[in-house]
Amino acid sequence: MAARPIAEGLFTWPGDDPSLIGGCCRDCGSYTFPIRTGCPACGGTALQERLLERTGALWTWTSQGFAPKAPFTGTFFATDPFEPWFVGVIELDGQLRLESLLVGCTQDTLRIGMPMRLVLMPFATTAGGDEIVTFAFTPAGSYHAAGIRPGADQEAASA
Amino acid sequence: MPEVAIIGTGLHPFGRFPGKTALAMGAEAARSALADAGLTWADMQFAVGGSYEVDQPDAVVSDLGLTGVQFTNVYNGCATAGSALALASQLIRLGEYEIGLVLGMDKHDPGAFTAAPDEYGCPPWYGELGLFLTTKFFGMKINRYMHDHGITRDTLAAVAAKNYYNGSLNPFAYRRKPLSPAEILDSRMLNYPLTQYMFCSPDEGAAAVVVCSAAVARRYTDQPVYLRAVQTRTRRFGAFEVHSPSAAPSHLQVPAPTADAAAAAFERAGIGPADVGIAQLQDTDAGAEVIHLAECGLCRDGEQNELVAAGATGLSGRLPVNTDGGLIANGEPVGASGLRQVHELVMQMRGRAGQRQVPARPAVGLAQLYGAPGVAAVSILST
Repeated sequence: MAARPIAEGLFTWPGDDPSLIGGCCRDCGSYTFPIRTGCPACGGTALQERLLERTGALWTWTSQGFAPKAPFTGTFFATDPFEPWFVGVIELDGQLRLESLLVGCTQDTLRIGMPMRLVLMPFATTAGGDEIVTFAFTPAGSYHAAGIRPGADQEAASA
Repeated sequence: MPEVAIIGTGLHPFGRFPGKTALAMGAEAARSALADAGLTWADMQFAVGGSYEVDQPDAVVSDLGLTGVQFTNVYNGCATAGSALALASQLIRLGEYEIGLVLGMDKHDPGAFTAAPDEYGCPPWYGELGLFLTTKFFGMKINRYMHDHGITRDTLAAVAAKNYYNGSLNPFAYRRKPLSPAEILDSRMLNYPLTQYMFCSPDEGAAAVVVCSAAVARRYTDQPVYLRAVQTRTRRFGAFEVHSPSAAPSHLQVPAPTADAAAAAFERAGIGPADVGIAQLQDTDAGAEVIHLAECGLCRDGEQNELVAAGATGLSGRLPVNTDGGLIANGEPVGASGLRQVHELVMQMRGRAGQRQVPARPAVGLAQLYGAPGVAAVSILST
């Protein structure tokens, strides 16, 4: 069984200290994630790859109380009984806000403004047994997500 | 000086109609609007049709009559009806035509809308992660708004309860059973803080309006309602919007497209938010109604707790909102939803809304639409 990222060029891989790969506009300095062919601020086309900040603040969040329809492919969550997971927006200081899965948290522990850090988590297992890994954010002080690294077991992700 | 008038409206009930096509519903709504205006399909010099599911809304001519009329199909997400009305209004103001029909129809499968992320400018992984989902955006948007402005979960429940109550008085609504705030709060949590009964659902239905040059409106009705402005906008850099893997830093404080569309519509109409006596807002969820009230300039951020608790947005309040039950009680057939709003404004402004008629017949009404990937439309009507 091999682990691989959900998409190429989204975060640095492999490695224990991942960074998200964004784009920065050479004309206006605005950031985007993921990198695009045009800058959403000025329309410029000279976007350069930049590693984004690995910590940020929770700008908002919600729970995911049902399994989304296709194209959702995740198998990381408990289905019997179904257990909601969390998604949110992380503000990376001076760069941008980005949407992410959240791990190592509950409805009661999430607070808007709390510090968050980037982790990788197992997201799905393919029919061929490959493990798909994605990025997520976890409360910066959380120990629950400390063990989440490429290849970690699924228990850790839903803890 | 009003340039465009609405002289007839028609609605096919919203809900579930197994075996009935969207086009058949569209034809009924069109006939109903034409009858309301005292006109026939053959009198229409142009038509505009909007739908998400129907490729060619103009196929309705097979049932209405093959008159050879110019018929333009438009689609602009949840703002489809706004774009359809805008086109009709432009054709009349340009003097191309004097009278025409605007029609919307849809028939959606149950459950939250889904689509291919790459057709919305989003990468495939965004959909695979389950992030390409409108409901979670609305949960995140109202959660932040509650944090910033102190809106309570009780206010969200009260908004949904109001809309179910209004729907119970509307024979054309999908959900006609009143629900208490407690039942709404206790229903399944879909995307915190939004529970199942705080959300609208995609469904089926059709709506139509007959529009004409204001100069000739009184030939057809002694109760014309004027379309004073209709403006559509897309999101600006810095707004926090649906289906966006990333957004600019929050300190830019950029208004949402609804705020931009509303400001532009008020300016064009020469009418201010304080003049509005009734509003139909995009209540995709209870939180969206709360936020859109402020984005349209109809209240200050944070004032909604007090307004809702005092009943100001109820049928007998000073600013009734979603008097026919809104999207929460009617569901959302995308192409028809905004024309349902206009139909309801016209019914109320003409004093024909029956059991749900607001006491003081409003002289100015506002209709607002918002949807993926960050489009909004605001229409302003006056008697």
